[in-house]
Amino acid sequence: MIEFISSWGMPADLETLIIILVKIIAILLPLLVAVAYYTFAERKILNYFHCRVGPLHVGPRGWLTPIADAIKMMFKEIIIPSDANRTLFLLSPILAFGPAIAAWAVIPFNDEWILADTNAALLYVLALTSFGVYGMILAGWASNSKYPFLGAMRSAAQVVSYELAMGFALVGVIMAAGSLNLSDIVNAQQGGFWMWFWLPLLPLFVIYFISGLAETNRPPFDLAEGESEIVAGYQVEYSGFGFGLFFMAEYANMILISMLAALMFLGGWLSPFEGIPQLEEWLGAPSTAWLLAKTAFFMLLFLWVRATFPRYRYDQLMRLGWKILIPITIAWLILLGGAIVAGLGPWFD
Amino acid sequence: MNAFGRFFKSLFLFELLRGMRLTGRYLIDKKITVIYPDEKTPQSNRFRGQHALRRYPNGEERCIACKLCEAVCPAMAITIESEEREDGSRRTTRYDIDLTKCIFCGYCEESCPVDSIVETRNFEYHGEKRGDLLMTKEKLLALGDKYEQEIAADRAEDAAFR
Repeated sequence: MIEFISSWGMPADLETLIIILVKIIAILLPLLVAVAYYTFAERKILNYFHCRVGPLHVGPRGWLTPIADAIKMMFKEIIIPSDANRTLFLLSPILAFGPAIAAWAVIPFNDEWILADTNAALLYVLALTSFGVYGMILAGWASNSKYPFLGAMRSAAQVVSYELAMGFALVGVIMAAGSLNLSDIVNAQQGGFWMWFWLPLLPLFVIYFISGLAETNRPPFDLAEGESEIVAGYQVEYSGFGFGLFFMAEYANMILISMLAALMFLGGWLSPFEGIPQLEEWLGAPSTAWLLAKTAFFMLLFLWVRATFPRYRYDQLMRLGWKILIPITIAWLILLGGAIVAGLGPWFD
Repeated sequence: MNAFGRFFKSLFLFELLRGMRLTGRYLIDKKITVIYPDEKTPQSNRFRGQHALRRYPNGEERCIACKLCEAVCPAMAITIESEEREDGSRRTTRYDIDLTKCIFCGYCEESCPVDSIVETRNFEYHGEKRGDLLMTKEKLLALGDKYEQEIAADRAEDAAFR
């Protein structure tokens, strides 16, 4: 592809621009399809958890349901409350969706496939995932309505609290890998299943996933939406594509968190059979398929957790974040520092 | 020790993982959905659906306008007016059931001395105008004619328990 574009003989700047645009499309299109079908998968799998069968009437076995949803969403009227702040009201869905998409720029899909191979990738991802909350806060504020405002306040406090636990969990990864570059983090996990960071960083791994749930406002931490208490939180006044953008942002964030978990704790595109003599020959090669399979596992886990646990009460949420997750991460960081200094094998020698 | 044990149980997400194991079993369990318009759940022969007025085999309507159903109806959905017919028998001139009031308790059917008013198994009906759910005598008799075989079979099956 890149050779093909180079063969056109354009000025070097323009060529670079076009190659970057092609790469962006190559990431975004599958991502948006994944978002659409993740919503479908969520409905299907949640139904399976309830012993039901889920949507199956639009298209063969229901497979066109997300397409129908998207079309419906696009043609619905966008209602703007009369006292709303129009600019912010229309801007906030974009502010929620933009970072969810932009964060994908630094995600490596294997050794070569990456849009922007920066050394501060993890920092960039952390910044953008927490930036998404501005969309929610502004949406709640701009709606000029009670429930959205309550939802916005909740999500602000919640994301700030869990950002800390998540940041500390990532500090553990950075210490173990010695780099902020996601490709380097994956390559630091070479050597098969037991060498991946999930084992030496097990508490951080679990805490990362829990704060990922909170960060994306997914059950059991979906207090910002809280259907049973504040209707739909910050989304109450949104209809049509504004709501659609929030929806897509949420699912894009879930996929992002899943993929980051796969990259940082489950060895990314490395094969779990690396180093096992019999299997290594035909399953040991690193491949994007491994990364996608691991991502799919975490995406399933998101739905599994949603199907299992009731929503946390607000004070329980805060207690969990501040009094349990953060102390555990700090304690483990100290242990981890000791292990790295001592060169504890087989991970840190 | 007990508090200690509880602390570690919750710290290591023990209960949560057990919960997830339980829901995970349901994930792979057999699905129990009945895909309604294509599949239907089995129905009892005592199912109480839309009403109908029956006739005797010779075509004479059964209802003798005793008004027991009107009296027993807890929702007061039944309205009956009666007159003497030329042959001297008492018959209804009006027999209305307002299905928007009816609660499908089945008392009318039970109170009827001549098995005239019955509830059929049909629950898939609708009205497109306000008046469509106000069942008149003509509509009820027509329904009785339409479902007579099913009604008779259901009553015969249930006769031993009445």
